[in-house]
Amino acid sequence: MKITNQIKDTTIIITLDGELDASSSVMLDEALSDPEIMTYSKILVDCKDLNYISSAGLGVFISHLQRFEDAQIKLIFYNMQDKVRNVFEILGLDLLMTIVSDYEEAMTIADE
Amino acid sequence: MNNKITVSCTKKNLKQIRDFVTEYLAAYTLTDIQMNQIVLAVDEICANLIIHANSEDPSKSISLSITEKAGMLKFEIVDNGVAFRRSEYKEPNIEEHIRVGKKGGVGIALVNRIMDRVEFETSDRQNTCFLYKKIK
Repeated sequence: MKITNQIKDTTIIITLDGELDASSSVMLDEALSDPEIMTYSKILVDCKDLNYISSAGLGVFISHLQRFEDAQIKLIFYNMQDKVRNVFEILGLDLLMTIVSDYEEAMTIADE
Repeated sequence: MNNKITVSCTKKNLKQIRDFVTEYLAAYTLTDIQMNQIVLAVDEICANLIIHANSEDPSKSISLSITEKAGMLKFEIVDNGVAFRRSEYKEPNIEEHIRVGKKGGVGIALVNRIMDRVEFETSDRQNTCFLYKKIK
């Protein structure tokens, strides 16, 4: 699992590359727990190269979502592969989280 | 075809289990989504066994074997750790998990929704989880 960050003004773009399972999701949790992340107004998660997610990976997003919402930080997923999106859908998380098709759409929503 | 794998109880070995299931399933015509769901369900059970039942003790191991009969895939996962108590299991309320920031507890829900049948058996000190999935 490779996690890279890119900063654009008040937006942080987190690119996930690899597989998020019970082993690798610890890294993601550390990245999202970094106090600096609370200084941005939008967190965009690029899922193009996210090839797999298990409940441990979903759990990391579930556990941080309310904290971001309380701080009015938008968390937006984009470029998600169908098989990964399907895992969000099995639990109904696609209705509770913001998942859009591409970067342009993610930026539009983020600016609303 | 090789249909059995044994790994020691560390989370790093989950990748090896997923690769093994993917390789076994390559002989069947499955969509990307079907393939991913089945691999995920097996991964979730193995992760639970490694982390919770065996406390990530590398001196312990779990074994997975896969068979297929008349379009029904059967996964048999064996360990010697603490048995899963199904009677104490509750379906998660995801909205509540979000509200309180809970990290775990949605894996078995995924397994139950993906697989056609999920069974747990304990005899002596050996636990077996059976997962069934109809693919034809």
